[in-house]
Amino acid sequence: MSSVARMTISPRDAERYEEKDFGFWLYLMSDAVIFACLFATYLVMVGNTAGGPTPKDVFELDRAAAETALLLLSSTTFGVAAVALSAGDRGKVLLWLAVTFLLGAGFIFLEIGEFTGMIAQGAGPDRSGFLSAFFTLVGTHGFHVSVGLVWIVVMFAQVFFKGLTAPVASRFMRLGLFWHFLDIIWVVIFSVVYLPGVL
Amino acid sequence: MFGRLTIDSLPFYSAVAASGAAVTVLGGLAVAGAITYFGAWRMVMTQWVSSVDHKKIGIMYIMLALVMLLRGFVDAAMMRSQQAIAYNSEGYLPPDHFDQIFSSHGTIMIFFMAMPFLSGLANLIVPQQIGSRDVAFPFMNSVSLWLTTAGAGLMLISLVVGKFSTAGWTAYPPYSGVEYTPGVGVDYWLWMVFIAGFGTTMTGINFLVTIIKNRAPGMTMFRLPLFTWTILITSVLIIFAFPALTVACAMLILDRNFGFHFFTNAMGGNMMNYINLFWLWGHPEVYILILPAFGVFSEVVSTFSQKRLFGYISLVLATCAIGLLSFTVWLHHFFTMGSSAKVNSFFGTMTTIISVPTGVKVFDWLLTMYRGRIIFKPPMLFTIGFLVTFVIGGLSGVLLALPPIDYLMHNTTFLVAHFHNMIIPGVLFGYLAGYMYWFPKAFGFKLNEKWGTRAFWCWIVGFYVAFMPLYVLGMLGMPRRMEHYDIAAWQPHLIVAGIGAFIILLGMICLAVQLVVSIRERNQALDLSGDPWNGRSLEWATSSPAAPYNFAVLPKVESRDAWWDMKQRGVAYERPAEYEDIVMPKNTYAGLVIGVAGGVFGFAAIWWMWWLALLSLAVIAAAIIYRASDDDDEFVMTASEVKAIEDERFAQLAKAPKNEMADEPGFAGEPAPEPAE
Amino acid sequence: MEIKSGLQIERTIKPYLIGLALAVLLTAIPFGLAATGVLPRETTLIIIAALAVLQILVHLSFFLHIDFKTTPRENLVALAFALVLIFIMVGGSLWIMFDLYHRMMV
Repeated sequence: MSSVARMTISPRDAERYEEKDFGFWLYLMSDAVIFACLFATYLVMVGNTAGGPTPKDVFELDRAAAETALLLLSSTTFGVAAVALSAGDRGKVLLWLAVTFLLGAGFIFLEIGEFTGMIAQGAGPDRSGFLSAFFTLVGTHGFHVSVGLVWIVVMFAQVFFKGLTAPVASRFMRLGLFWHFLDIIWVVIFSVVYLPGVL
Repeated sequence: MFGRLTIDSLPFYSAVAASGAAVTVLGGLAVAGAITYFGAWRMVMTQWVSSVDHKKIGIMYIMLALVMLLRGFVDAAMMRSQQAIAYNSEGYLPPDHFDQIFSSHGTIMIFFMAMPFLSGLANLIVPQQIGSRDVAFPFMNSVSLWLTTAGAGLMLISLVVGKFSTAGWTAYPPYSGVEYTPGVGVDYWLWMVFIAGFGTTMTGINFLVTIIKNRAPGMTMFRLPLFTWTILITSVLIIFAFPALTVACAMLILDRNFGFHFFTNAMGGNMMNYINLFWLWGHPEVYILILPAFGVFSEVVSTFSQKRLFGYISLVLATCAIGLLSFTVWLHHFFTMGSSAKVNSFFGTMTTIISVPTGVKVFDWLLTMYRGRIIFKPPMLFTIGFLVTFVIGGLSGVLLALPPIDYLMHNTTFLVAHFHNMIIPGVLFGYLAGYMYWFPKAFGFKLNEKWGTRAFWCWIVGFYVAFMPLYVLGMLGMPRRMEHYDIAAWQPHLIVAGIGAFIILLGMICLAVQLVVSIRERNQALDLSGDPWNGRSLEWATSSPAAPYNFAVLPKVESRDAWWDMKQRGVAYERPAEYEDIVMPKNTYAGLVIGVAGGVFGFAAIWWMWWLALLSLAVIAAAIIYRASDDDDEFVMTASEVKAIEDERFAQLAKAPKNEMADEPGFAGEPAPEPAE
Repeated sequence: MEIKSGLQIERTIKPYLIGLALAVLLTAIPFGLAATGVLPRETTLIIIAALAVLQILVHLSFFLHIDFKTTPRENLVALAFALVLIFIMVGGSLWIMFDLYHRMMV
């Protein structure tokens, strides 16, 4: 299959896609620095609870575990969609994109539940420096996931209407980079925020 | 509906504010009127604001930078005149207004003068220097331009609607927090920096990819011209440093508008966190600004010494070393925070170390001039002025790198003198040299040299007269940002500094006159060959102004100083047997739409018109999705169209003098084999 | 000829499944340790950190397909440089801020 694919992309287009991939990779590196700054801030402020709730009071390990499972599974299902793309199977690409979307949406649903629950019990971001840092760090990740969800919808429409053309496939691969990247950030979040928090 | 925007936000409360607003509004109306008068709206819309041509985007960036330079200079002149007369007197500026002025002066000069200027020069020149037809992402380039312009637009709007920040260009909390500074001023600062920061980050990504991926055949990394090298490292710094600024701004926005506690005094906030993040960006930013200027100086010094650049490799390595080291010195901006001796001495040491590669560069430039046949054109004058003056600023910087001295000098005018001593001769002289050096490449005619020389002398004399007194004042213990004072010993120095600002004003006037005179007399200074200075790098291989595709045939590079080498080998102006079709990006309004919506979003967020903010975000999202689904964004320029443009170019070449520099005294001759270094 | 796929590289299901298995393992251990608290706090933290690093490597390798053969060199350089800078920025910030806390006896 892929030999067919290689023949149908002109060298100029191939170069273009390579440039775009590299540019997107650089964006991800820049984004990683954003998260690094947020992690540094969180670590500096995690003790500044101002007499309010501590990490132990507000973190629920079950929920964090469920969120982790959903995101990890969604990364894998996206991989399955990529395999389908590589095989040129449009129906399966659409199916697995939809599954990925549902898993990601489940993650966001759980996270919104977590945030509203915390705010309801007086542990909102305006309560203390620690909570400001927590909401900003985890919320920024959640915002990225939400953008990823919108992107998946757009991707779904493009695959549906345009088919698996070279430009669509190239965008698909960059969406994959984005989605897997967010999973890596989440690994750092549960290792730096949730697990040490409940200890 | 209008959030906290009321009729009282208009500037009728003071004559100074109202006249500033009037000048802004009338300036905007005058520009619109002029475009209407010349019947140029169609051209402006279809050929400029929708353009994705990197050369036009570069020109628009530089126009923005020059306008903002004027605005920033007016601020500076107001401060200098206020301080010159404010001994035991209120002067003519009330404190609140004075504070807005020093805040807007710094913000403008860094974010909306220097940054667009550097993006503009990079856009204009880098693709041509590496023998490329375009940047990697032409559309993103247009988005960057318009987001930067949106930030600058908010800056100008802040003069008319509401008040600007009084918290200085760094907006340190807790003062910039909502408790001590309610109102919209700091929010203006935050949102404009935030929005322009996105544009800048995209520019960084764009140029890094362009330089890594789009070089002409044979253009290896160690054949890249020095300006391109500096833009490469600057792009890296932008990509990795701007996130820290974005985070710091976002947190302050959350603190001010949504009751978060990152930087408040109470509730577990810590203001030093902001200062740490801000300078994590801020110090690399210094090098983001100055490295491209170093690049310009390298090009200029070798062209006008008519000699190969001395120590190319050492200049490249010094640039790279500065790039990495610039991330290891940020604490020297807040030594007085009260860190332990360990921390302060580490950052003090790193700061003195970073001056070493810069010193290497100074010697390289000097040795390039050594035994060169120097031609004193205005860009070269700015370069020599830089070399002499910058070393003084560097030495005062090494002084400040020592924590005990920094404790004495902290927040005095000594610091103000130091960084102006780096930024005016370093950054601004570099950009002005680049402006005069590459102007013919952008427009096809040279700038008037007489007025350029006058501008140089006014600038450099003005600089010394304006800023040397501030070193003395700093030693006398005068804090920066004083609206008035009661120490008689300070006033003479401040009067001298005010005179210096007046001389710089003459320099600004010379620059304006130079532009007007050059446009009027352009037919006497046409650059027909595209190579007005007997240049060395590939941007001089194109016509002036360059064709939309830059190179009809991509050049084959065989050596450093590629264009000089081609002239030497006699293959410089060869015509190909036939031309090929060239694929070009189509113009689009999507970039403008995103920029305008970004500006509207900023304005709405500043004034708490949340419905409008959401609406403009939706417009941005729609524009991005539309653009990301558009697979038909290019068109083909046919071989015959290319041939027509190139025929005209060669007809022009036939009329051009063989070498435009041949009549200069000191001309060292046509390119000829040089002895090995 | 019909365009079937724009992919430059063929993707197979195998790396994703291996990645998933490893990631599940590397996630389950630290969650289990945190939930049960069988080990001392310090030890647990060290294990969590080590497994996180491992899991990032797993993700990079099996999901993002980063390796030293097919990934373009400039992407690897960018990644390495980002890691160096993240180390400097995070490490430096923590050093500076905790030094300050210490001095202010917070």
